[in-house]
Amino acid sequence: MSILVIAEHDNLTLKVATRNAIAAAAKINITLATEIHVLVAGVACGDVAQQAAAVAGVAKVIVADAAHYGDQTAENLAALIVAQAGGHTHILAAATSNGKNILPRVAALLDVAQISDIIAVLDVDTFVRPIYAGNALATVKSADSVKVITVRTTGFDAVEASGGSAIIENIQASPDLGQAKLVSRELTKSARPELAAAKIIVSGGRGMGSGENYHKVLEPLADKLGAAMGASRAAVDAGFVSNDYQVGQTGKIVAPQLYIAIGISGAIQHLAGMKDSKVIVAINKDPDAPIFQVADYGLVADLFQAVPELVAAL
Amino acid sequence: MQASDGLKSMVRSPTERIIDFYPAKEIDLKILVPVKRVIDYNIKVRVKADNTGVDLANVKMAMNPFDEIAIEEALRLKEAGVASEVVAISCGVTACQETLRTAMALGADRGILVETDVELQPLAVAKLLKAIALNESPQLIILGKQAIDDDANQTGQMLAALMGWSQATFASKVVVDASAGSVTVTREVDGGSETLTLTLPAIVTTDLRLNEPRYATLPNIMKAKKKPLDVIKPEILGIDVIPRLTTLKVTDPAPRSAGVKVANVAELIHKLKNEAKVIA
Repeated sequence: MSILVIAEHDNLTLKVATRNAIAAAAKINITLATEIHVLVAGVACGDVAQQAAAVAGVAKVIVADAAHYGDQTAENLAALIVAQAGGHTHILAAATSNGKNILPRVAALLDVAQISDIIAVLDVDTFVRPIYAGNALATVKSADSVKVITVRTTGFDAVEASGGSAIIENIQASPDLGQAKLVSRELTKSARPELAAAKIIVSGGRGMGSGENYHKVLEPLADKLGAAMGASRAAVDAGFVSNDYQVGQTGKIVAPQLYIAIGISGAIQHLAGMKDSKVIVAINKDPDAPIFQVADYGLVADLFQAVPELVAAL
Repeated sequence: MQASDGLKSMVRSPTERIIDFYPAKEIDLKILVPVKRVIDYNIKVRVKADNTGVDLANVKMAMNPFDEIAIEEALRLKEAGVASEVVAISCGVTACQETLRTAMALGADRGILVETDVELQPLAVAKLLKAIALNESPQLIILGKQAIDDDANQTGQMLAALMGWSQATFASKVVVDASAGSVTVTREVDGGSETLTLTLPAIVTTDLRLNEPRYATLPNIMKAKKKPLDVIKPEILGIDVIPRLTTLKVTDPAPRSAGVKVANVAELIHKLKNEAKVIA
């Protein structure tokens, strides 16, 4: 019996989130002392398989290379994972939009519960997960024979990308179910670090006033710090930036070394997405903004003066 | 799919062929919308002193916000002449009838409550919904992407799996092409968005920006009281709803203490460099 981790990738590169999920698998494996296997399903995804084989702690990489896995549609991926489920005590994926899309489908097909968004492993069957937007933590124990788990990436430090030398095994693809077809994909192109994996995040809220201000004021700061850029739901709803910038309960959950919240009041849903950051800085002109209750360093100031000043002084 | 469609076209009755000449009357697209009764999103939750859960006594309850978006989307499809009927379903305690009345006040045609006092987890809810769906034969089931209490984000995907249907989660745009038997959905994904076309019947789960839900008007609230609401017990559906996960305890997250206010940008930079050491 072994532990199976589903690789997250774009057919070229293994996403860091996979290594966070492998870290959770490694915690489970302290007690189980079995092997960690990684499933790479994609098209022309040989590079990803090589990268997965090099990850520390991985014993085997299982590769299903077929055209109908290229777009990572849930129907085909879930069918493949279920076909591979035998012999695995745990099936894990990162709680990314992809993992959240696919894994509940796998769990239902296996007639087991899914344990969502775990932030800690207490035992092979016992996990901690946030509920109520992180305002409470539940310790849950699974009675199912197979544990299907999504892993909150901020809860586990990614294992090393190198040091492993797993064997690579190619497997037969499952048939194409042909139920869902990708029409188009519009991904934000950015030279900045990915939000979920960034060490520093500069985040803007309603206080930015407009999309133009958001970019004009925050980009120089993000450039200076080599930071990723995020936003509150208010800023996204107001149309300043697109949805993939959103940090919060229903957006991305982040935990960088430094999170700079600018013109963000600090709604409970936003705090749920960033309060595990190591250091939080808040810049807001309202001294009573709730963001100051979680900020390590608060600056009560007009952001349109303070941020350029900060850029100039860095 | 294509094979069975071909077979169907060969055995169509004469009346069905007549209907082809009157496409406006062809609409027979029923939408199911499951709704969950949860703590009102404005309420600050409190963990119980004995760590058995969250205190829900005398707390205001409401329809899960993502489910309101699901109801709204279904109603818009009906108002656009795409859907014929919108049926709201809830699974849980007797008080879920209030949630269904809210759905009907917003415009759902009728409600179904699967009534039980047992704690329902997503897999059990998906199984109950499947039993209802097999009976109702909808073309589309629209669900909220997650409930704001357990934050599980599972039920829609699980229901899609159990039905053997395709799914489009985290929808920000839904376009139904009833004559083509398909739905095209734009989804919010980590790097941006993607658009999928699914064969009907299908499952859609809603994200925040799909629409802005309406408010129920007083006359509609009164009217909703007269709309049909069926109550069914899970035993009658023959579904085992016993929880698979046991909650051992519920605790408060580690509090994050408020830090200090800095006087100016210079002090902020000094602290970040020398105290927090997060910038060089």
